[in-house]
Amino acid sequence: MLRNTLERAEKAKKKKAALGEDIDFENFEGEEAGEHEEIESLNDLSNKNKKSLLKVGVDASEAGRAGSFLQIDQSKVCSNCKSEAIELMGLQQAIEKYDWVNDYMWNAVPVDTDKYTAKTALGEPGGYFIRSLPNTKEVFPIQACMFIGDEKVAQTAHNIIIAEENSELHIITGCSTGDDVQSAMHVGVSEFYLKKGAKITFTMVHNWAEQVEVRPRTGVILNDDTTYISNYILTSPVNTIQTYPTAYCQGENSKVVFQSILGGQKDSILDTGSRAILTGKNSSAEMITRAVSKDESKIYTRGHLAGRSPDVRGHLECMGLVLSDDSLIYSVPELEGSSTDLELSHEAAVGKIAEEEVLYLMSRGLTEEEAASMIVKGFLSMDIAGLPPELAAETKKMIDQSVQGM
Amino acid sequence: MVRLLLEITDLAVEVDGKEILRDIDLYIDKGETHVLLGPNGSGKSTLFMSMLGFPKYKVIRGEILFKGDDITHMTTTERVQLGLGVSFQNPPAIRGVKLKDLLNIESKKGAKPFSEELSPETIALADKLKFSDQFLERDVNLGFSGGEVKRSEILQLLAQQPDFIMFDEPDSGVDIENVELLAEEINVLLDKDKKPGLREKSGLLITHLGYILNFVGANTAHVLMDGKIACSGDPTEILEDIRKEGFKGCVQCCGIH
Repeated sequence: MLRNTLERAEKAKKKKAALGEDIDFENFEGEEAGEHEEIESLNDLSNKNKKSLLKVGVDASEAGRAGSFLQIDQSKVCSNCKSEAIELMGLQQAIEKYDWVNDYMWNAVPVDTDKYTAKTALGEPGGYFIRSLPNTKEVFPIQACMFIGDEKVAQTAHNIIIAEENSELHIITGCSTGDDVQSAMHVGVSEFYLKKGAKITFTMVHNWAEQVEVRPRTGVILNDDTTYISNYILTSPVNTIQTYPTAYCQGENSKVVFQSILGGQKDSILDTGSRAILTGKNSSAEMITRAVSKDESKIYTRGHLAGRSPDVRGHLECMGLVLSDDSLIYSVPELEGSSTDLELSHEAAVGKIAEEEVLYLMSRGLTEEEAASMIVKGFLSMDIAGLPPELAAETKKMIDQSVQGM
Repeated sequence: MVRLLLEITDLAVEVDGKEILRDIDLYIDKGETHVLLGPNGSGKSTLFMSMLGFPKYKVIRGEILFKGDDITHMTTTERVQLGLGVSFQNPPAIRGVKLKDLLNIESKKGAKPFSEELSPETIALADKLKFSDQFLERDVNLGFSGGEVKRSEILQLLAQQPDFIMFDEPDSGVDIENVELLAEEINVLLDKDKKPGLREKSGLLITHLGYILNFVGANTAHVLMDGKIACSGDPTEILEDIRKEGFKGCVQCCGIH
């Protein structure tokens, strides 16, 4: 890493994040890389861990997957790829293999964003490198999993994802914790680079333990004629999560879609947003969030559309259902237009389950509880657009499974 | 004592503290179809909602017996599980809940999990009502046309098979061709394809124009005025009177007002 980068990281070591509760690193322990042994395939995992992975869409049988990557705590445990269209390896290996990888690091996410990015840069290396080769289209997804196996671990990962010109890349990523883990921290820095004509879909399911602090930091740089689709699903309890991915639509006709399904349970605090900086001619952004708050959970859903060149379009939508008096949904949509001929809009509604809908289902024979549950599941089961058919069916399954617990 | 399928006696209902229905006596036996007529705001839909037990509709007097059971204070679910069914005039759209999910509800057993496959019988019923497989995957009532809403309501009832069905204006906003199709299925729901003595299912039907009665035979008509049943009698005669003299004129000849 460049000295300049490290210096900037050093300076940001104590820099609090703009949003979210500040986390004291002292409460957690960093792990050495290589603590966990490498395995050939995910099939070599224990059945217990396989089950945890499956819950977040990572299939240990690796059927219908182009490749798999697994990081446990700070160790790269598995990395294999069947597809000839894709390169998959640990970021550290990529840096050793290609000297140009350094040029990508910390471009989409500034290293001095906050103490979490700084920690990722300064600590033990982790994370993956995924690159789809030019003019390739792999319909099967790469599955990547960040797994926390030990109590009190502070896991960091730095992921670099590059889609070369005219390539299409699909990624399913699941994050989870072992059954015995209660408290831990996860920081994942993900940088996406889409070259001309490329498309990436990135579907992420989170299933953390109840006392886990999660701080993903994501940046996406889109060149001409590119599409980036992010699907984020979190319906299980967590302590706090704060994330605000930013997409830079620099290229002409670049397009970004953020879709989030959020279920707040117990005393979880979910603070998730998405931001699109639209500078490319005719670029567009769409953000859709469905949020349901239960128990004492608090959900902050943020969105920021910045239109900075003519002929850009953006729409932001947040629908929330508040299911308990002690829970909260706080929707913060921001529209910023600084050019002529642009179109930015937002639509937000936070409320309760409509009684009329409950009665309708009851008059088909459901009890009040069954009716409410069907409405909540339906509300969260949004149709995810932009995935190839194989992956769409798989994602639907992942969503159905996630909303069952709500 | 032999009980009729449905017995409503001296029913009075209030909504938000205001009495909307009073002195309602209505007796419907197995195999019968009755028609409920009356001007807008006379309380027809209120009577349906009261019979369904929707919480806003408070019974302040009288009782409703269904199959001999006093259902006056039962929940909607309990009434439906006993065999009551309804087709709504303007049902709500529910985002993410597919028409298919509603067809999968077994009213007597509750909800089945999501994404369970439909039985071949249900798929055949959907086909008869001109619904494709793709249509069944749509969010219920969301963006449905007027005719699609009505057909979807009838389809749900065909899957549910209630013993007593309330139809709230099944023909409003439906073109002529589709009224005939709907009437055909309503006749199936009400056992009209069987000989009168063998009919088990009964119905109560709200209609404004009476057009659907050209295709669905009814035994008795009731005219609701200002929350009371002002007149009961032969459907054809009563409709004729209403057409000639309006609701007021029709009711006058019943000698109640």
